[in-house]
Amino acid sequence: MSDDPRMSGARAAPKRRIRLSWSDPAFRAIVWQIVIAGVVVAIGWYLFSNTNRNLSARRIATGFGFLDRVAGIPIGESLISYNPAEDTYGRALWIGVLNTLKVAVIGVVLATLLGTVIGIGRLSSNWLMAKLTAFYVETIRDIPLLLQLLFWYTMLQGLPAPRQSWRIGDAVFLSNRGIKVPYLIWETAHTWAFYGFVAGTIGTFLWNRRANAAQERTGIRPAVWPVGLAAMLGLPLAIWGIMGAPMAWELPVLRGFNFQGGGTVSPEYFALLAGLVLYTAGYIAEIVRSGIQAIAVGQWEAAGALGLRRGAILRHIVLPQALRVIIPPMTSQYLNLTKNSSLAVAIGFQDVVSIANTTLNQTGQAVEGIAVIMAVYLTISLSISLFMNWYNARIALVGR
Amino acid sequence: MTRFARWGIGAPILAGLFAGVLAIGSARADGSGSATMDATRAKGQLACGVSGQVPGFSLPDSQGVMRGLDADTCRAVTAAVLGDAAKVKFVPTTAQNRFTALQSGEIDVLSRSTTWTLGREGNLGLNFAWVNYYDGTGFLVKKAAGVKSAKELDNATICVQPGTSTELAIADYFRVSKMKFTPILIQELSEIQGAFLSGRCDAYSTDASALATFRFSQGPKADDLVLLPDIISKEPLGVMVRKGDDKWFDMVRWTFAAMIVAEEKGITQANVDTFLTSTDPETRRLLGVEGEMGKALGLDPKFAYNVIKAVGNLGEMWDRNITPMGVPRGINNLWTKGGLQYAPPMR
Repeated sequence: MSDDPRMSGARAAPKRRIRLSWSDPAFRAIVWQIVIAGVVVAIGWYLFSNTNRNLSARRIATGFGFLDRVAGIPIGESLISYNPAEDTYGRALWIGVLNTLKVAVIGVVLATLLGTVIGIGRLSSNWLMAKLTAFYVETIRDIPLLLQLLFWYTMLQGLPAPRQSWRIGDAVFLSNRGIKVPYLIWETAHTWAFYGFVAGTIGTFLWNRRANAAQERTGIRPAVWPVGLAAMLGLPLAIWGIMGAPMAWELPVLRGFNFQGGGTVSPEYFALLAGLVLYTAGYIAEIVRSGIQAIAVGQWEAAGALGLRRGAILRHIVLPQALRVIIPPMTSQYLNLTKNSSLAVAIGFQDVVSIANTTLNQTGQAVEGIAVIMAVYLTISLSISLFMNWYNARIALVGR
Repeated sequence: MTRFARWGIGAPILAGLFAGVLAIGSARADGSGSATMDATRAKGQLACGVSGQVPGFSLPDSQGVMRGLDADTCRAVTAAVLGDAAKVKFVPTTAQNRFTALQSGEIDVLSRSTTWTLGREGNLGLNFAWVNYYDGTGFLVKKAAGVKSAKELDNATICVQPGTSTELAIADYFRVSKMKFTPILIQELSEIQGAFLSGRCDAYSTDASALATFRFSQGPKADDLVLLPDIISKEPLGVMVRKGDDKWFDMVRWTFAAMIVAEEKGITQANVDTFLTSTDPETRRLLGVEGEMGKALGLDPKFAYNVIKAVGNLGEMWDRNITPMGVPRGINNLWTKGGLQYAPPMR
């Protein structure tokens, strides 16, 4: 038995008993919660059953059976294979989800990098830098995103036709059909080299932890970068070299109407990504700036008195503290970027909204189609929120 | 239509479905025997869904008056129900929200170059009442590309509106022909046409009629565009109504029949009054001089007279709207002239 006095019955708080009386606040609270929950459920049930009854009365098809039917709709770009003659609406919608994620994930990363650089730039003592970044933020935030997307898309359409494309050697082509790049022909050696890279990364991480421990113990930090270089770059290269160093490129070749072979960045994707990144970066810049300015100037002065340079102060002293201010509003920006990607419909990038719209129009099942879109965005947004909340809790000040 | 009309697909769909489904559920059947007809008469207005963007079919002229075959179809049914074609209310719809607009009761008739297919009639709770244009999917290309036939479009990039029967037709066509294509799918009509003109796509595909009128609307630059001779699908463009209101369906169907009979008999907008004294029995029944044809449909006995007075016969609608675009009437002619338009007898 524990000696903790709280554990002994005599010292524990008296257990409250709920009386079945209106004068008991605990009882009232429970009753109200049941009533409100009941009303919410009843309204939801009414809307659902009423819609269902009337849809069937009007002989409009209902249910999610259409997800298993062959789609037949063409899709422009897809991360996974798709054949309209065989694949289902379910797979078509999944392609849409992947396309949305392709924009959202890369967009969030690029917007964070660009926004941080611009945010720091606004605080620069360099007059030109400070004014240029301020101009950027004020301009980009004042123009509706839809107009920016249409602007970028129109600009890309103004590029030359494939036959007159701008080129770098015989490898990279820029035309109104997008950016064509050589495509590495993937072989087993590359897969193993990739595994080597993963192993090297884990190894570097572990070595870094050891270095930290050694530094705390002895005050001397073992060098990390040579180990990192060897593990993350040397190991994959060695594996690749041992397996015969295959390096065959598939070059884009102009044949008929368009380039065949090679990889493509379509104008639709590029316009959407550029528009979202540039727009969101404007907001992120302000969040970063406000986060840095929220740190007391005494922190800068104290670090300066220790002899640290400005960059080192920013990286080691100010930014870690500023992150606590930055993360919560940053979550909103990530959610905004993800949801704004639905504007893809306007410029013909086939995200989940675009494909779901087509699906609901071809099947006539509007309620189900919209439900799919809502479920997808809810899932993505909740995942982002959960991750950011976890990260926020991790970097929060720990009360000691 | 504003740029933002394309967002009419999200929340308004749900709201519209709920509202419309509630409204229809509570409508009573009395009077004419058609809930839609009663509601239309009570409002004194017929809401007719059109595109509002396609020359020759529905496009406002310089005075803001909606012109075109689809627009005149709306006027014809309005004249049949309300006696006055001016009581039509044109509702612009997109390729994607058109069916929902009709299902939810926002519009009473959909006349928007919509292809009659089994899937649509079976799944959407909607009926096709008549075909106002027998069409087919075609391709428009730039003359500079030097393409002579759709068979040469392997690996082409093709601009097409999503949610249309065109997108399914070209997917089928390329599959059967063992060719590949890259689709560019943009909902907004002006954007997809802009993408084609700027060279983002090698071809622009939709109903051949719309391609012809689009080419015509380019003015002097029309000669830079070539309409390929291949028609790769059947696209009967029809007039749609909601299922479950048979009287309303009958009204639309017989309005068309009346316009066809009028063309057969040579009755036009200009000379219809002189036919009121005709001795031909079918003409007399058509114009309501004799018999109770209109009443059987829940309409004014002179409904056909009102229709012809408002928009003329079927041939006049064609000559007014499509002929200026340089499209021959072809299979859209009367059955007596080798076409497909054939009306059951008015008796």
